[in-house]
Amino acid sequence: MRGLLARRMKFHLLGAFVVSLGCATLYKFGVAEPRKRAYAEFYKSYDPMKDFQAMKAAGVLECAPPK
Amino acid sequence: MLASRVFSLVGRRSISTSLCLRAHGHAGVVKAEDYTLPAYVDRRDVPLPEVAFVRDLSAQQQALKEKEKASWSALSVDEKVELYRMKFNETYAEMNKGTNEWKTILGGVLFFLGFTGVILIWQKNFMYGPIPHTFSEEWLSAQTKRMLDMRVNPVGGISAQWDFDKNEWKK
Repeated sequence: MRGLLARRMKFHLLGAFVVSLGCATLYKFGVAEPRKRAYAEFYKSYDPMKDFQAMKAAGVLECAPPK
Repeated sequence: MLASRVFSLVGRRSISTSLCLRAHGHAGVVKAEDYTLPAYVDRRDVPLPEVAFVRDLSAQQQALKEKEKASWSALSVDEKVELYRMKFNETYAEMNKGTNEWKTILGGVLFFLGFTGVILIWQKNFMYGPIPHTFSEEWLSAQTKRMLDMRVNPVGGISAQWDFDKNEWKK
């Protein structure tokens, strides 16, 4: 009965820290890092001119129609 | 506990006005209403309520109260339990005990969700008109082809899942 609030507060304070830090860590290593890696991988071997020619040929560029 | 307080309130409302009329006939002192007196509560954070649970003791209970004034080792276990029950309504264990209410609530929620589903199905079937022509298969495939031509979301989106060399979806 004694220290009812203190015990409850300690438990919930600790829990709040653990849950929020856990969520942040999970997001960082589940979402943020893979995304950064994906972008790095994509731009490692990206040739913009080749991409441009492909889009031009497909006819989606209004100012650069396929000849 | 609070609910029973409300009931006594509703019940005595009609009497309290007539009480005021009666008061002036007597010595000018009105009998204290139930709801104005300290009340008994079963609460976790109120270990010793303001009044005992049993207000009007029977003769037997009054005798027990007299016996309580003497040495407590003279009391039997049953008498001690009786004294406890006179002072308190529920034990902490009884007070904190869970109920099965959650089952009713969950059942009700799911039932009404299902009912909403029935309404939605009826609406789709009988009320709504046809969907726009832009949802047809031909339009959607032409739309997707245009998105791929434009290289929409090439890093992690739709263009990343299309194999441009083999002209098919990546496995």
